[in-house]
Amino acid sequence: MLSATSIAARVRSGEFDPQDVTEEAIARLQERDLEVHAYLDPDIERARQLADRVAETLRRGDDPGRLAGVPISLKDNMAVHGATLTAGSKILEGYRAPYDSFVAQRLIAEGAVLLGRTNLDEFAMGASTENSAYGPTRNPWDTDRVPGGSSGGSAAAVAAGIVPVALGSETGGSIRQPAALCGITGFKPTFGSVSRRGLVAFGSSLDVIGPLAAHAQDAALVYDVIAGHDPADATTWTGTRPSATTEKADLEGLRIGIPEEFLDEAVDSRVLESVSTAIKTLEEGGAITKVIPKGALPSMHHSIPVYYLVACSEASSNLARFDGMHFGPTSESKDTLDLLARYCATRADLFGPEVRRRIALGTFALSAGYADAWYKKSLSVRRLILNEFTALFGDYDLLAGPTSPFGAFKIGERSQDAYSMYLCDLLTAPACLAGLPSVSVPCGLARKGTYKGLPVGLSLTGPAGQDHRVLAAARAFEAIRGTPERSPIHGDDA
Amino acid sequence: MTADMRWRSVIGLEVHVQLSTASKMFCRCEARFGAPPNTLICPVCTSQPGTLPTLNGEALRLGVLAGLALGCTIDPSTKFDRKNYFYPDLPKGYQISQFDRPLCRDGHFKFSTEEGEPREVNIVRAHLEEDSGKIIHPEGVNFSLVDLNRAGTPLLEIVSGPDLHSPDEAMAYLQELRRTLRYAGVADCDMEKGGFRCDANISIMPVDSDTLGTRTETKNLNSFRFVAGALQAEIERQAAVLESGGTVIQETMAYDPDTGKTSVLRSKEDAHDYRYFPEPDLPEFRVDPAWVAELSAGLPELPRARQTRYAVDLGLNKRDADTLVAEKELGDYFEATLELTKKPKETANWLLTELLRLSNDRKLPIHELNTTPARLAELVNLVASGGVSIQAGRLLATAMEEQPGQSAEQLAQSMDLVQLSDDGALRQIVEQVIESESSVVERYRSGNVGLLNALLGSVMKASRGKANPKAARQLLLDTLDS
Repeated sequence: MLSATSIAARVRSGEFDPQDVTEEAIARLQERDLEVHAYLDPDIERARQLADRVAETLRRGDDPGRLAGVPISLKDNMAVHGATLTAGSKILEGYRAPYDSFVAQRLIAEGAVLLGRTNLDEFAMGASTENSAYGPTRNPWDTDRVPGGSSGGSAAAVAAGIVPVALGSETGGSIRQPAALCGITGFKPTFGSVSRRGLVAFGSSLDVIGPLAAHAQDAALVYDVIAGHDPADATTWTGTRPSATTEKADLEGLRIGIPEEFLDEAVDSRVLESVSTAIKTLEEGGAITKVIPKGALPSMHHSIPVYYLVACSEASSNLARFDGMHFGPTSESKDTLDLLARYCATRADLFGPEVRRRIALGTFALSAGYADAWYKKSLSVRRLILNEFTALFGDYDLLAGPTSPFGAFKIGERSQDAYSMYLCDLLTAPACLAGLPSVSVPCGLARKGTYKGLPVGLSLTGPAGQDHRVLAAARAFEAIRGTPERSPIHGDDA
Repeated sequence: MTADMRWRSVIGLEVHVQLSTASKMFCRCEARFGAPPNTLICPVCTSQPGTLPTLNGEALRLGVLAGLALGCTIDPSTKFDRKNYFYPDLPKGYQISQFDRPLCRDGHFKFSTEEGEPREVNIVRAHLEEDSGKIIHPEGVNFSLVDLNRAGTPLLEIVSGPDLHSPDEAMAYLQELRRTLRYAGVADCDMEKGGFRCDANISIMPVDSDTLGTRTETKNLNSFRFVAGALQAEIERQAAVLESGGTVIQETMAYDPDTGKTSVLRSKEDAHDYRYFPEPDLPEFRVDPAWVAELSAGLPELPRARQTRYAVDLGLNKRDADTLVAEKELGDYFEATLELTKKPKETANWLLTELLRLSNDRKLPIHELNTTPARLAELVNLVASGGVSIQAGRLLATAMEEQPGQSAEQLAQSMDLVQLSDDGALRQIVEQVIESESSVVERYRSGNVGLLNALLGSVMKASRGKANPKAARQLLLDTLDS
């Protein structure tokens, strides 16, 4: 499939008809989604309307924008006015968003054609998309395997070649890990560089929206469109954001550190092998790489517990609004007028087990008598982790390592053991806690072992606000390595 | 012996005040009372998934102003926190409030008891938070309704120290607090519209003890009358418990104005754990000390200062000074009139008698009367200069209100109320009286000087009340003695 960058160029030049481009994407969706179940709502009608708008703009002789005619799918936790917004949960079944998210506004303003909303772990809580109340998404590389998560639907839609780019959201690894497991590029921007307005909140101090794309260049293009200050999100920063699209894609002289903490013993050896090859590629490009001996990130091993405490504490509050009173369905399982019983019935029946687990965990961590030992202590450790990263960036421009400790696992393999699922975030949660920009780029397929023939992701993390440099490095890496391998479902279609 | 004599009560009040902003605290919906249900709402204040709060700068400004008026310290930075609990009038399932770093803290607030005794209360803290929606329970149905118009209205919660010792003292504090906030322009404090609501912490201890008793909290006192009733009822309840050998339990009470009694709303075991934590959607924000200083400098004169000035500098009696200061509008009206008359006592008299009478008769607030400060000043000046008598002035006041197009002098002319002060006309009347009352004049001249008043009465009568008594008296004396 063509890149978003070239689709937009050809639509703007008149070479491509946006309506044709859209119909082709719809056809791919209808055919391929039968196998991967990436979409919760294809919302084809909306795509056609948006394509008509782009065509109309062109007929008037106006410029439809930087994403003219590019089909883009949104994870189903981002509001699109009038469209369903389930967040993968039964508790929002049938709910329609009464307003547009900031990112949807930005994409539409640049001529993008929003094509459907993709599957996710319920409320973005999970690393396999198996926690969706609407059934799992399958990995286009092997449909018996998970695509990762929670942005598994977006990752699978791109890896299957349905759309060149999709938006995901990340709280602890939910963009980069599925990107790694599906063999595509996934970028988590600096916290506060993209507005969260319209993103169904999970862990508000961690949540970030970012692109998943078949080409690093497209991730940069979409980042440029969605990044920026939003007066309606007080946590977005106001400074200028240099363009990630035009930033020179050059690895020459770049100091790239590989902290030994990233090469944890939990990381699969074949994954490490691919990453080692990738690091050689970085060196070929002129980067100066160095393994940083263990001890530079001494607090990193607390990342998983700290991440789950912070994210679940915030989630326990963020998800309080789903009470069956103001919007969404109500459970009718208890025929009672007792208020508490009704709350309990709706929340017990319509939230899935993982969401209930996390609400319980977060409620506990914030409770009187426990908050000091759990929530407040986790904030202190979070601060330490940030400080340790900041110190490393005095000596290094970027930090590299594997994105995920392992490749795409089988559906059901980890879903019965919460902690083994939580390990998926081992290498991604630290950058989330520190709010840093981080990209996962495909770096080949595992040659042997459990994940043989499945994609591996290389992670590149930069200092806060250096999103453009991180993306430029991803573009440079892809330029040296060549177009990433395509999934069997994607095939070689143009 | 009443409970008041055996027990000393210790009262601290938490007052929720709606700030006078045009829009809500965290969205741009209109903040207004009385609109049809659920018409002043948006995705943010109905807590639709994905919405985020953004702080209304005007709420912050009014919060700082209120803090300054209460003598509080304003720290250079502050933050918001989430207070988590489930209730249908709270659509987010949490209230955005301030927990450990309130906008205003450590204030000292002076007021006087009804007897004029000066008192001071510590203001422990005053913090910003959002109001909830309203639940309506229609009769005869098995459901309730929620109106979210009020949800997100900015509130300032003002927490006093346990420094009040009787219901009367508590009432005096509340009155002064309300008046001060109205003067500072931060809140209307309209109790009928829920703009000023009170929770009371109450404990009692033997008058000869200095060990505090266990306190209870009585919630949702929405009128001054309820506050007084609830405090008295709760003090008596606690006294009865202790006098029968029981112990007061820390619990939350509700007051029923119909029975005049308090009853348990929830016990300590059922107390909420609000699981406060910093609001991640609103970063900590700076409150620039230079800006605070600017607001402090711009703070209007507060009622206690104004009252002292009226009594001491302007020489008004205490009752008049109190009345003028009670409502800011009245004091402001007085100021504006005084500016044009420079006669404090006369201005106060006319304002407190004639203007308030007009306001009562017409059931209009003073600022909606046709009689503006400028017109009242015309009247005050006309009377003071002797242009009309005081009695005529009263008639004129009503006429001026009814005929706003006519000046005081025009009306005095057309109503034939102009006082005779000039020599010509008045001298003629005086001479006529001296001539016709010759026997009285004779007795006067033979030493019965008290008869001057009888002669003056005749002059007034002959002038049909228009003679200026002062001028007439002088003229009589001059003529009789010549």
